[in-house]
Amino acid sequence: MEKIVSYLVGHCEKLQHLPEDFIYLALQVVAGLLVLMLFVAPFAGIISFVERRIAARVMDRVGPNRVGPQGIFQWLADGVKSLLKEDIIPAQADSVLFRLAPYLVFVGMFAAFVVVPFSSGLIVADLNIGIFYLIAVTSIVVVGIMMSGWASNNKYSLLGGMRSAAQIVSYEIPAGLSILAVVILSGSLSIQSIIKAQGAYPWQWFLFQNPLMPIAFISLFIASLAEGNRTPFDIPEAESELVSGYSTEYSGMRFVFFYFEEWANLYLIAAVSTALFLGGWNLPSAVVSWAQTKGDVLLHLLQFLTFFIKAMVMVFIIIQLRWTLPRVRVDQLMALCWKYLTPIGFVVSLGWQLGWLYFLRECLWSVM
Amino acid sequence: MNSYIPLLLLFLFGMILAGAFLALSHLLGPRRKSKDKNASYECGLEPSGNPHDRFSVKFYLVAMLFILFDVEVVFLYPWAVQFKEAIQSGMGSFFFSEMILFMVILFVGLLYVYGRKAIEWE
Amino acid sequence: MSENLVEPMQLNIGPAHPATHGALRFHVDLDGETIKKSRTEIGYLHRAFEKHSEISTWSQIIPYTDRLNYCSSLMNNVGYCKAVEELLQIQIPERAIFIRVIVSELARIMDHLICVGTAAVDLGALTNFWYFFNVREQIYDFTEKLCGARLTTNYTRIGGVMRDLSPGFQDGIKKVLKDLDKAIAQVVGLLERNRIFMDRTQGVGTISKEDAIAYGFTGPCLRATGVPHDLRRAQPYYHYDEFDFEIPVGTMGDAYDRLMVRVEEMRQSSKIVEQALSRIPDGPIISSDARIALPPKEKVYGSIEGLMNHFMLLTDGIKPPKGQVYSATEAANGELGFYIISDGGARPYRIHCRPPCFPIASAFDKMVENSMIADAVAILGGLNIVVGELDR
Repeated sequence: MEKIVSYLVGHCEKLQHLPEDFIYLALQVVAGLLVLMLFVAPFAGIISFVERRIAARVMDRVGPNRVGPQGIFQWLADGVKSLLKEDIIPAQADSVLFRLAPYLVFVGMFAAFVVVPFSSGLIVADLNIGIFYLIAVTSIVVVGIMMSGWASNNKYSLLGGMRSAAQIVSYEIPAGLSILAVVILSGSLSIQSIIKAQGAYPWQWFLFQNPLMPIAFISLFIASLAEGNRTPFDIPEAESELVSGYSTEYSGMRFVFFYFEEWANLYLIAAVSTALFLGGWNLPSAVVSWAQTKGDVLLHLLQFLTFFIKAMVMVFIIIQLRWTLPRVRVDQLMALCWKYLTPIGFVVSLGWQLGWLYFLRECLWSVM
Repeated sequence: MNSYIPLLLLFLFGMILAGAFLALSHLLGPRRKSKDKNASYECGLEPSGNPHDRFSVKFYLVAMLFILFDVEVVFLYPWAVQFKEAIQSGMGSFFFSEMILFMVILFVGLLYVYGRKAIEWE
Repeated sequence: MSENLVEPMQLNIGPAHPATHGALRFHVDLDGETIKKSRTEIGYLHRAFEKHSEISTWSQIIPYTDRLNYCSSLMNNVGYCKAVEELLQIQIPERAIFIRVIVSELARIMDHLICVGTAAVDLGALTNFWYFFNVREQIYDFTEKLCGARLTTNYTRIGGVMRDLSPGFQDGIKKVLKDLDKAIAQVVGLLERNRIFMDRTQGVGTISKEDAIAYGFTGPCLRATGVPHDLRRAQPYYHYDEFDFEIPVGTMGDAYDRLMVRVEEMRQSSKIVEQALSRIPDGPIISSDARIALPPKEKVYGSIEGLMNHFMLLTDGIKPPKGQVYSATEAANGELGFYIISDGGARPYRIHCRPPCFPIASAFDKMVENSMIADAVAILGGLNIVVGELDR
């Protein structure tokens, strides 16, 4: 970022009159918009197509294959179609809240991408409380979902909204505890520093740092599936029970926003797991130094690819899970969270401290 | 603090973008209201009762517990950030014992919650 | 406490709800998500089958039976024709009997495929449905070859069946059964020991032996409670006593048992079909009695007797003797009975159909009480209430 700023200032006469902070700020906004427009929105669309194709493969059928070669433009067609649909607002609905809810969902999801890294330099804002910000911002989505459930004036929506709120709120605790284990290891909340604290090779990843970390990883994974309303925890929109849950009354573009949230969330879950546990964008140092001789662009591209491939593997696992498992019941969901994941979270963070303090510390510091 | 101003701006842009999509859809999409179309969906029947009536929220206690536990977890974060440094500076045992006390109390609280069956959905 | 302060929330599940698989309505009182009381309302798909039968000739009723349990219409055809044949006191040719056994068991497989598949969908596991539907598609192809239709088969005739099995049917059916085995193995692998599936279905919608019998349960839902009652064994018809098959029973009578009994029944049906295929004799497929069965087309166009016979049967119809009969077959959902009163005319005086779903649906309200919405959906999936035969 700094490099680009100095480059711009150096090469553009008019910019020299402006304070550097201002340029920096403007650049960040532009970068954020680029991320949103060029990555998140198309990604959410494309992944919806990819998911449908994978689901079709899993289910022994073909899937959408008509729009464009192999149907790759299906998502665009779907988007345009929704754009052309009537925006129905039920007469009984609370009009203001009903209209506002999709905004919150959209903005909440988009804002989360601000701290998602793409390479060592490509991140909209490397906040010093990054991971914490992520937890906070994704909670805005809950407000939106809750709001849509209430405002629809429909009992299925209401129940869906309630379920969603209870679920997301509960799973925040095991997620928080699992992330805590990572924070203890890295000593920082910034996502970039967490990634930097890991290495390129699997044994340098936080996932394999000690025997407790895989448990933390799995419980974070489960918790984020639940927070993202993904199967087997998709009870807020369980179509066989609540018709379509909180989005029952929505149509057209507003409906798309809820689905945008869902598919963007897919990548978010994967990206967070990758950054916290799977070594993020780290490349072997030999590759880094080789890439640097060819220029920064190549380096960032390679880092982005590393990160993206890891994230996509996670995305595929999540998609596979969705088409394999039935959904749990709402009380079982709560039991899983409060009876299993939360105690496990406590044990993991406690156990890690014990291990750190009494067993590993000596070995580690003597090595370093 | 500087890095938060773009965040605010991005929130704003996100809103504008969402609004732009909706405005576009509003312009392009048809608008044909009808009484039946704008009625609330309840499996094809007249909705029975008002969803906004008072009804029993089973997870009220869960929400309360969330507030309790989530705040505790938030307390753990600053500590976790400092933990590594504390160990390096030889304060590890102190740091650790402080937090272990805190977490044990929290865990006992969790056990108490189980005992009172507060997290049973029923 | 909550009972005093809060009115239960009223919710309609159905008639147009994804879980009801048809127009069926449950009006439930909710306390949170717990169903305190449920009221089943049927009749959204009422087509006046019984009344309509009274103005139709005996043969004209056969296509109406397609619409009873539309998932296994072949069995309804068989059940109705068997009842009329008992009224007429005629024997049908051996080959027709074996064809009827084969198509009935294939229809049973189809029905169970849908039931287990959609029950899994209701629980959120969509994939199983497709594994089953690929096989079902093949069976539908077979029915299409058999009678030209896939869903509304109208295949049997009083005195036999409409058309002989298509050439090469032996290999075709054997391939289907092989694929069926594979699909069952896949689905059982996905569900049988799946923790989430077990949690969702075990101990859900449990009904005791005594209650099940008291409600009048038959078929897989009764057998899931542990009662090995199967009309194919209890009142053997169509050589069922000569076939080697087992009657799978459950132990708990919960949703899990109901689904697993169905899965096992598919395997047994597959066994029966194989045995029937190996034993099927050559010969006529429909009775040669001129008062009952239409003459072959060559006779109709080639001889005046044949033409007259054809004309009389179509205008005047079959005239069974005065009397009444109750005949039941083991349909996919249980005992499918036809109670027929004849006044000796060309049209039945009264037909009553005993749909296996009806007693099962009547127990639904009791089964879902104090369970959650999600449980209601799981129970409904396992009961396999087909609204076509429930409402008639």
